[in-house]
Amino acid sequence: MLSIPALPTLPRRYHRASVWALYAIGLCPAVWYFYLGLTGGLGFNPVKEFEHALGIWALRFVIATLAITPLRDLAGINWMRYRRALGLLTFYYVLIHFAVYVSLDLRFNFGAVWGDIAKRPYITIGFACLLLLIPLAATSNNWSIRKLAQAWNRLHKLIYVIAVGGAIHYVLAVKSVTLVPFVHVALIVLLVTYRAVRRPILDWKRGKRSEARPARSQA
Amino acid sequence: MPAYRPPHIPASEITPRDIYLSRRHFMGAAAAAGLAMTGVGEAFAAPLASSPSIYKLDEKLTPKEAVTTYNNFYEFGVNKEDPAANSGDFKPTPWSVKVEGMVGKAAEFGLEELLKLPLEDRTYRMRCVEGWSMVIPWIGFPLSALLDKVDPLGSAKYVAFETVVRPEEMPGQKGFFQPLPWPYIEGLRLDEARHPLTILAVGLYGETLPNANGAPIRLVVPWKYGFKSIKSIVRISLVEKQPETTWKNANAREYGFYSNVNPAVDHPRWSQATEQRIGEGGFFGSNRRPTLPFNGYADQVASLYDGLDLKANY
Repeated sequence: MLSIPALPTLPRRYHRASVWALYAIGLCPAVWYFYLGLTGGLGFNPVKEFEHALGIWALRFVIATLAITPLRDLAGINWMRYRRALGLLTFYYVLIHFAVYVSLDLRFNFGAVWGDIAKRPYITIGFACLLLLIPLAATSNNWSIRKLAQAWNRLHKLIYVIAVGGAIHYVLAVKSVTLVPFVHVALIVLLVTYRAVRRPILDWKRGKRSEARPARSQA
Repeated sequence: MPAYRPPHIPASEITPRDIYLSRRHFMGAAAAAGLAMTGVGEAFAAPLASSPSIYKLDEKLTPKEAVTTYNNFYEFGVNKEDPAANSGDFKPTPWSVKVEGMVGKAAEFGLEELLKLPLEDRTYRMRCVEGWSMVIPWIGFPLSALLDKVDPLGSAKYVAFETVVRPEEMPGQKGFFQPLPWPYIEGLRLDEARHPLTILAVGLYGETLPNANGAPIRLVVPWKYGFKSIKSIVRISLVEKQPETTWKNANAREYGFYSNVNPAVDHPRWSQATEQRIGEGGFFGSNRRPTLPFNGYADQVASLYDGLDLKANY
């Protein structure tokens, strides 16, 4: 309300269209990598490349989802209308990531899939994140928000667990933590940690504002 | 059980001595000339002559483009395409390799000298610890041929290797986020180093080694995971104690000194039971295949490890 928008505000009549555009743009990387895979553009281990690209994009969308609140709190940019799309894009990418692993990588060898899930901690964690995303995706609609009321907020706090799980999954899957994994993981850690310090920060900002207000009314 | 059973050599494969001697002389000169022509370490490879050997495979060769553009060489970056993309400034000539430590005749060998050793075609499987594999036609000479020149002392039990450090030419060695400490170091037991399968490679696909693949000289130990086959070697030391190795130092729980290819011993984080053969199958075709004990060289090398617990000594 009091925040100053740093970007020109999008007229309200375009809001709906901009959300749909986000879904369309958000799915572009998956379509693009799939096209590259079909045309031999993913190098000599195309299935792994495709799988990894989908996983990294899932992490990027969870990072974007988690960034919405701090953007509003700290920069005064209100993109809350895009959060559902970003969260659902996260779910879609995790789902395709898993589907590619089961189909193109392990060729529907379900024994190997279950073996991996049971034995390999990073796959156990990744699979748990996929399962945890299902109730969040299923309740990402206005009807569920109304129906669940406060419970919806509590349920959707699971995204923090999922984001951290995704980061651990990534770190455990790579041979050594190099720059790209480091940046993704650092952003997730930062954004999740922000939730712990959010209250004091908001209280401090509100305090500054109430100090500023009487001064202005006197002038 | 004999310590080593060489594959059967058909008489038709044996080249008469006078022919291969004259051939060697010619090759040495040709290779040296070829390298000289590449000028100040240009990235392109020069033709390299070699003689056929008994070490061949019935498997399809991995396409040259895959071999030279999809690999790990962290000195040039951590992605598979980085070595080919970032190694253009690397100067593989002039080059020399110090061979020292517990030896009677320590020496520094110039590359030209090493290229005069009997160069052979050696087509080997290469199995990366990450779960992919290739079939690569190397050109090289047995490491034992070099070790024989320096008279290892009886007290020498291991061989330590070291990669060059040149941050100005190897972008992965500079910058604020470096994945490994340099120099990259590796090691073998002396009997592993002397095994006939163990070679120092100076070429592949009939040409000198591309920078991306460890120019101008690298180790190839085909029954061990690829990271043991250290690249761009500048120092070889004969030592008494088991040498430190880069990946074991980085994570001893995951990477052991031996690192023999073993489908029965999983990496703590992933299975080693199968491998993806690079450059085959593509997007929809399955090219996963079972990984073989000692990468298919068990007949030749398993006896080196008689009595050794391979699960504990991974």
